[in-house]
Amino acid sequence: MDISPIFFYFFAGLAIACSLAVVLKTNPVASAFSLVLTFFAFAGIYALLDAHLVAALQIFVYAGAIMVLFIFVIMLLNADVPSFDLGRSHILVRFLSGVLCLAVLGLFVWSFKNGHLASPTADFTPERIEAAGGNTQVLSELLFSEYILPFELTSVLLLSAIVGAVALAKRKQGILKT
Amino acid sequence: MSTTVEPWVVLSFCAVIFFIGFAGVLIRRNILIVFMCIELMLNAVNLTFVTFSKQLHHMGGQMAVFFIITVAAAESAVGLGILITMFRTLKSVDTDQIQLLRE
Repeated sequence: MDISPIFFYFFAGLAIACSLAVVLKTNPVASAFSLVLTFFAFAGIYALLDAHLVAALQIFVYAGAIMVLFIFVIMLLNADVPSFDLGRSHILVRFLSGVLCLAVLGLFVWSFKNGHLASPTADFTPERIEAAGGNTQVLSELLFSEYILPFELTSVLLLSAIVGAVALAKRKQGILKT
Repeated sequence: MSTTVEPWVVLSFCAVIFFIGFAGVLIRRNILIVFMCIELMLNAVNLTFVTFSKQLHHMGGQMAVFFIITVAAAESAVGLGILITMFRTLKSVDTDQIQLLRE
């Protein structure tokens, strides 16, 4: 693919380092800010892959909305807990699950490298997208024609999510109170 | 140094991020971090979609990402609501404390 290797490896390295920090940092706020950086690195890779609308949405929705939600909840709860649980399971179990994870990852990488990647099946080449008015124009025209039903269903999903979140967070006493 | 990046490198990068998130879900006991790792896994899958969209000249991949981002936003709103309820009830965000059905 015709993307710049320097930028790709920069963003990929940043994303891997920051996602490792998300998992390994013990302070939830540090994890949250590492996650923001990961999202920005992902947005950079989307932009490299000519998915400009997705890159913008990534920053608006993930780095904007979702992360603000996370930070709010972290500061609302203000809970310090010992958050690693490596000591409680048997060492053999830990070793085996680590090996298994790495083996499945290796299988993925091997199959990506050696598998046959299908040739283009549709005609949205970069030139034609450019001629049709750019990535955002093409995506929005598809969204309001071919994908109109999932788009409308999305609004129902968002409405139910709003109602559910309000109903859950408003409750004065937990239903599980013993 | 080559002037392009092979598709399998991008896909492998997605797999690495996915497994970092997966490992985080398994080894962390703070439910907030577990949520963040789920977001990480969703992002890795999104990037896979965009890579295939670019490779196959098909816009369906980017469309799928659009809907996945919406579902992820809804999921985190409801999930964080559940988390607040859990914290009110249990006074803890430790996943090992969720054992009310056992008692």
